[in-house]
Amino acid sequence: MEGKDNAERRKAFKNLSGIEIKRLYDANDVKDGKYERDLGQPGEYPFTRGVYPTMYRTRLWTMRQFAGLGTAEDTNKRFKYLIENGQTGLSVAFHLPTLYGWESGHEMTVGEIGKEGVAIDTLADMETLFSGIDLGKISTSMTINGPASILLAMYVAVGEKQGVAADKLTGTIQNDILKEYIAQKSWIFPPEPSMRLIVDTIEFCTKKVPKWNTISISGYHIREAGSTAVQELAFTLADGFAYVEAAMKRGMDVDTFAPRLSFFFNAHNDFFEEIAKYRAARRIWARRMKERYKAKNPESMRLRFHTQTAGVSLQAQEPENNIIRVTLQALAAVLGGTQSLHTNSFDEALALPSEHAVKIALRTQQIIAHESGVANTIDPLGGSYYVEWLTNKMEEEAEKYFNKIDELGGVIPAIKKNFFQMEIARSAYEYQKQVESGDQSVVAVNFQKTSSCGPKVELLKIGPEVAEKQIAKLARVKATRDDKAVSAALDKVRAAAKGTDNLVYPILDAVKVYASVGEIIGALKEVFGVHKEDAVF
Amino acid sequence: MVQDRKIRVIVAKPGLDGHDRGAKVLARALRDAGMEVIYTGLHQTPAQIVETVVQEDPDVLCMSILSGAHNELFPRVMQAMKERGIDDVLVMAGGVIPDDDVPGLKKLGIEGFYGPGSKLQDIIDYIKAHLKR
Repeated sequence: MEGKDNAERRKAFKNLSGIEIKRLYDANDVKDGKYERDLGQPGEYPFTRGVYPTMYRTRLWTMRQFAGLGTAEDTNKRFKYLIENGQTGLSVAFHLPTLYGWESGHEMTVGEIGKEGVAIDTLADMETLFSGIDLGKISTSMTINGPASILLAMYVAVGEKQGVAADKLTGTIQNDILKEYIAQKSWIFPPEPSMRLIVDTIEFCTKKVPKWNTISISGYHIREAGSTAVQELAFTLADGFAYVEAAMKRGMDVDTFAPRLSFFFNAHNDFFEEIAKYRAARRIWARRMKERYKAKNPESMRLRFHTQTAGVSLQAQEPENNIIRVTLQALAAVLGGTQSLHTNSFDEALALPSEHAVKIALRTQQIIAHESGVANTIDPLGGSYYVEWLTNKMEEEAEKYFNKIDELGGVIPAIKKNFFQMEIARSAYEYQKQVESGDQSVVAVNFQKTSSCGPKVELLKIGPEVAEKQIAKLARVKATRDDKAVSAALDKVRAAAKGTDNLVYPILDAVKVYASVGEIIGALKEVFGVHKEDAVF
Repeated sequence: MVQDRKIRVIVAKPGLDGHDRGAKVLARALRDAGMEVIYTGLHQTPAQIVETVVQEDPDVLCMSILSGAHNELFPRVMQAMKERGIDDVLVMAGGVIPDDDVPGLKKLGIEGFYGPGSKLQDIIDYIKAHLKR
């Protein structure tokens, strides 16, 4: 009986995608499900329960904290600090000038050098960045998109200098330009030449760096820009399909490159919605790869992913509360079967993280892994009426978006029509209005708000000396390198860009003679032009 | 007078960071509050921002930056505005700007600071109360 005593707190309970959640789920909600068809055993098609047969019982997820600050020396120090504290993989954050291919000192780099990541101009910086770190033993993820092929080439060159052959290197380049136009906005060239560069990279790696993940198809930034979980799922997988189609159009057999595609998702606040999102992603990918693209190798159907907790959920008010937010988000990622994880530091709504904050973030993962017991069994929420229903629902909603994107002519036409950009702007605004109205509670921001700010947090500051040092280092490199070799190498990059030869080979030659990222991007811009974004909101 | 017409606002993104979520949410909110909003798009240099101010003659300039380059870029914007003789535009800032940096930026003539967690209505109210013409 429903009486006054059990009146519910709200008229409707919804998750962050606006999906209405019922009071209780039971067998009726999943009655159409078939275990073998919809879930399968872990490590088997359609991989809903996990991509490996034994998951964390064999190997825990890789604890991979994204780090980059100041000069290559500064970041090298931070990397060693993280390794000493038990981190098992590296993840490089480049500063904005590198992401856009501007040389340190260019007018566009004023105030930006070493601020949001590490300043890398030439191979000399990369040598310093990995000095004392054996590239044969650690895997490295690099968040780089427009210039991804250049940074990959630099990594290969550093490996060579360390005596590690390219086919022994392991790691990932983000190399996901579509989500740049959609959300993160560090694009350089127009979409078509950008896609060509990506396929060139896939082709190069397939031959030369076979253990490398050639793209990290990313929903993280789409979500950070304001999308819902459903949009993150749908837009990311749609991007993935676009890359597969582009490589197949080049004539590559799907099973030669698809096993090295990887994914990157956000872990946001709604715990079960996130878990359902990861499970649905695996199933959608597996089915599409098998049914549409006719993949035969199960590894092509296996969606492996990295997760980062939601930066946008971090609050500047009472920042220590962020430690708890991050813990819950990280737990969702682990219960959702992530292959690697970055946990945000509690001070990141205020500045780049301090060492102290980074250590707590890493410890959070270690506590989940070694104390909580959640890694003892695979997909522990599989079979939950609610989680299975929600997994189905997420898949269904994503399919609607795939149809819509197809109607618009595919991902690139949809980008040019600002479809994704407007969808995300709308969701971001709707969310903010819910926070303002109090429908969406944010503790200590619009709910239980107190006047005290809590203890003062020590923030990391990047001073102007970083820019001075970096500009001076670049000048030294330029003074000592062989300029003739550089301009000949850049000519070859231009020539390859004009034709159809794979660009990664001339790029590799150029980085080895210490051409800068800015110079190589500059040469490519001459041929490819630059992307212009419509300023829509 | 401002009361007789729509308040004109430029929402600008100086610097290289692509974090435009806040800027776009604000642009929508100001438009819904009846203001006329011009959004510059990303990667604006100080010179470009001031050029837009000259062209559009706004009542308010809102700059959003999350890369940490505010201490270098905002003074350049304010200096260029001064050189162009613009002194009746309300200049506000948002994004990630540590508290310690605020007093210095206030001295340059930047007035309202609204970082993460700010309420849109507070920004709208501030604009209405602090217009310079």
